[in-house]
Amino acid sequence: MGLFGGLDANSQLFIQGYFTTITLTVAALGSALVIGTVAASARVWGGPVVQSFVRGYVEFFRNTPLLVQLLFYAVLLAPANLNITRDPMVAAIIGLSIYTGAYVTEVVRSGIISVDPRQIEAARSLGLSQLEALRFVVLPQAIRTVIPPLGNLSIALVKNTAIAGGIAATDLLKVAGIIESRTGGDFTPYIAILVAYWTLTLPLAWAVSRLERRLAFAR
Amino acid sequence: MKRITITLGLAMALAACTTAGTASPGGSAGGSPSMIIVEGVSTPQSIRDKGTLTCGVKFDVVGFGFRNPTNNEIEGFDADICREIAEELGVQAELIEAVSANRTPFLNERRVDLVISTFTVNAERLALMDFSRPYYIAGQSILAKTSDTSISSVADLNGKNVCSVTGSTSEANVRAQAPEANLVLFATYTEAGQALNDGRCNAVSTDDVILFGLIDAYPDTELKGEPFTTEAYGIGMKKGSTELKTFVDDLLAAMDSDGRYEELWNTNIAPYTDKEPVLPPES
Repeated sequence: MGLFGGLDANSQLFIQGYFTTITLTVAALGSALVIGTVAASARVWGGPVVQSFVRGYVEFFRNTPLLVQLLFYAVLLAPANLNITRDPMVAAIIGLSIYTGAYVTEVVRSGIISVDPRQIEAARSLGLSQLEALRFVVLPQAIRTVIPPLGNLSIALVKNTAIAGGIAATDLLKVAGIIESRTGGDFTPYIAILVAYWTLTLPLAWAVSRLERRLAFAR
Repeated sequence: MKRITITLGLAMALAACTTAGTASPGGSAGGSPSMIIVEGVSTPQSIRDKGTLTCGVKFDVVGFGFRNPTNNEIEGFDADICREIAEELGVQAELIEAVSANRTPFLNERRVDLVISTFTVNAERLALMDFSRPYYIAGQSILAKTSDTSISSVADLNGKNVCSVTGSTSEANVRAQAPEANLVLFATYTEAGQALNDGRCNAVSTDDVILFGLIDAYPDTELKGEPFTTEAYGIGMKKGSTELKTFVDDLLAAMDSDGRYEELWNTNIAPYTDKEPVLPPES
């Protein structure tokens, strides 16, 4: 912590928690987008077995509490069980990715099916290959549809990272608890983390609304 | 619309700051101005008028405050002291769970009259609240797997994953004595014990009496080395509870001389320690 060496222990801890929350969000969002796009494509274009597998994935993870899932990974990945990691951060990122991925799957799927399949037929009849048709006809329209809900999912993800403290990851909420107890019940850290969460979610909300306007159909 | 939403949000934040700020009477508690402090203190008379004595105790520390899974009764030394005080006052005892991090807020917000919750008396806490005379002396120890020979003193915790609980003196003690230890902080000792059991931490460090309960639950663990701190447990009260403190101190002394203290000790703590059942001297 050389960079923040001049700050007192509580401020250092706060900054650490802030970056932990950002790390959780960025890592989980990245993997959730990959998981969601792959799963949605499989759901729309895959065979019946693949389709029902993806449906099972989405319904299972959307319909169980996130905290329960995180506790499950923390214990499952621990040295006494699968011996993959003892780090609560890794368990939290895996848990948040798979959970958020289920929502991303549904969003991307709805984006894909919002494009009339006859457009693919039209594109094909104009001489585009199947991939070109997806790349130049379907995806540009699908992305416009999914940007606003994906933005909402990102904002929800920032807020969901607060649950990672339940498996002892040192995120913002956990840090507030530690500082509160060190200072004998001082409420200030909770106000500070509210503001800290806003510094993450408000720019996201703003960026999404800008993107939304830029990508909007000229109607 | 968006602008309105943001403005509203900021207004609410501001309101939150102001409320928290005014709730504390001009730093009389010696704490930060943003602490939520409800006016007034409990006195023996106010507790009699109310008809119940509310105590914050642990629900997961065997020997001190533990919810018996077979009948849901709260058992232990702390719980029994609360019942003893309630009986002396002629009121009902109400036990609510006070995990480490909740203890100070519970007092300041007057959600409890007393905190009897393996609560170590120290200088920082004495500035924020009142304590009875100490009723038990514990020491912080290290619990690890019996098979783990790499830990035999607090210095060996450097570079290890050490589990403890948010808001306990144990956390600060480990930070001070093993600065390179990677602290993994849970809300309860039950969770810390589970984490030790499945290998997420190498050791759990907290007061020995709390670790005794974890040894009960996980027989393949043992205490490593000697206790490296002295923790005097006191009964926490809101700052300014002079009358209640006198009442509780007198009762503890009376319990010591008429054998009630020893009786509670024998039922609750004797299985876990070979110390003598005597009330520690007033500090």
